[in-house]
Amino acid sequence: MSRASIAIVGAAETTELGKVPGLSQVGLHADAALNALADCGLKPADIDGIATGGHDVAEINQYLGISPTWYDGTSVGGCSFIALVRHAAAAIQAGLCTTVLITHGESGRSNHRSHRPIMPSMQQQEFEAIYGPLFPPMRFTLPVMRKMKDDGLTEEQLAMVAVVQREWAAFHPRATARDPITVDDVLSSRMIAYPFRKLMCCLVSDGGGALILTSAERAKDFPAKPVYLRGTGGEGAEGPMVSQMESFTSSKAFRVSGKLAFETAGITPTDVDHLMIYDAFAHLPIYGLEDLGFVDRGEAGAFISEGHTRPGGRLPLNTNGGGLSYMHSGMYGMYALQEGVRQMRGVSPAQVEGAKISMVHGVGGMFSAAATVVLTNEDSW
Amino acid sequence: MTEKPVPTIYPETRHFWDGAAAGKLLLQFCTECRKHYFPPRPFCPYCGGRAVEIVEASGLGRLYSYTISHLPTPGYEPPFVVAVVMLDEGVKMLANIVDCPPEPEALALDMPLEVTFEARGAFFIPQFRPLGSLQ
Repeated sequence: MSRASIAIVGAAETTELGKVPGLSQVGLHADAALNALADCGLKPADIDGIATGGHDVAEINQYLGISPTWYDGTSVGGCSFIALVRHAAAAIQAGLCTTVLITHGESGRSNHRSHRPIMPSMQQQEFEAIYGPLFPPMRFTLPVMRKMKDDGLTEEQLAMVAVVQREWAAFHPRATARDPITVDDVLSSRMIAYPFRKLMCCLVSDGGGALILTSAERAKDFPAKPVYLRGTGGEGAEGPMVSQMESFTSSKAFRVSGKLAFETAGITPTDVDHLMIYDAFAHLPIYGLEDLGFVDRGEAGAFISEGHTRPGGRLPLNTNGGGLSYMHSGMYGMYALQEGVRQMRGVSPAQVEGAKISMVHGVGGMFSAAATVVLTNEDSW
Repeated sequence: MTEKPVPTIYPETRHFWDGAAAGKLLLQFCTECRKHYFPPRPFCPYCGGRAVEIVEASGLGRLYSYTISHLPTPGYEPPFVVAVVMLDEGVKMLANIVDCPPEPEALALDMPLEVTFEARGAFFIPQFRPLGSLQ
């Protein structure tokens, strides 16, 4: 039997979500951090490890008044926060610190942001950006026409991703987009970058989130139901040039990350009760379901269209509505983690009854990186 | 409409842009792996070896994947095509498809393409057009 060694004991999003004109990027980090500290009854002085992505970790540290013995500023895009969960777990296990705060904040809509460059890659600038794909809808989606031809993925199946996730968002009072939509609504929404239409693209929101991790033996001292890590999770990377992906029908970073997460958790896809796959665009749950091994290659579009991931289906997926309907600040991975934690605590507005294992998988950049963690509410298995 | 972007050139990539200015599409080739690669770097991304050569590509390839952007973009008149071209040498590169309507009906995956060079200020940018489209 294995016993859990690391737990998430504090978790919270910003007080407001979606449109938060009164807070800057650093303010959103701090609001989420203070909410997470309140969630577990800790003060900044109790934190000795701090991590964030997409923002100078030292600035967040100074703003919150923390004196860390460990920090991590891994910034590979939206999955950074998922990778940071596994980095923090390793740091706690190695004795580098005892109590880690991971923060995220982004003023995607109100634009009170720091000066993070959109495309910091030298080679991406020199050999891709000169051709005009300046925005994610034109670039992140580049492999999809190939996948449609090689694997039979259809526009209707992409539209169904958005339709099903809107069904989940309807449960969440804090979701930005909650009104039901149909495949026709999606396919008649404004063309952004063929074959992607507006309702296949993520929202642009303000918000933040934070998590607090410590050793499992301390976890029961905290007020909320502990959420444990099962296994080490996984991570993988290719790089910021979408054109140089090894395959256009499958993400190598997804496959590497998912395999590690499953192997170290000692589970298979049929053991997963609840699944989050970062969806900046409608094709990402398709690639995720296939690359993580929930379905075979080329089957994910039909799997979603047949209703298996919708409310009442056998594999509840993106139960907050995802980046398409819940919110998307720019680096959404933190919100996928928050919904995984809510599900394992049993407090999600879209609660999956009896769920014991939640997998949270995220993409960083545009197929540039990936990270995966397995959460559970059981302290041994 | 502002100007289209031009590349920032680095020491390791200078040869590529000098080649483009001379009407040549230059790749690199690992003499150990016997593979072409792109974008430029002074070693092979498959084996890490430094025994690499600069070689001229055939300039021929096929349409591997694309999007048609309707978003406002400096220097571009939407809609325009952002494409990934699979060169006959087995490497992928980004380009716009020129001399071709930006419509799905005109953009069949795997259709043959040929390189052409677009002047932008002092630079020449490799682009691709349908093979034989230049009459």
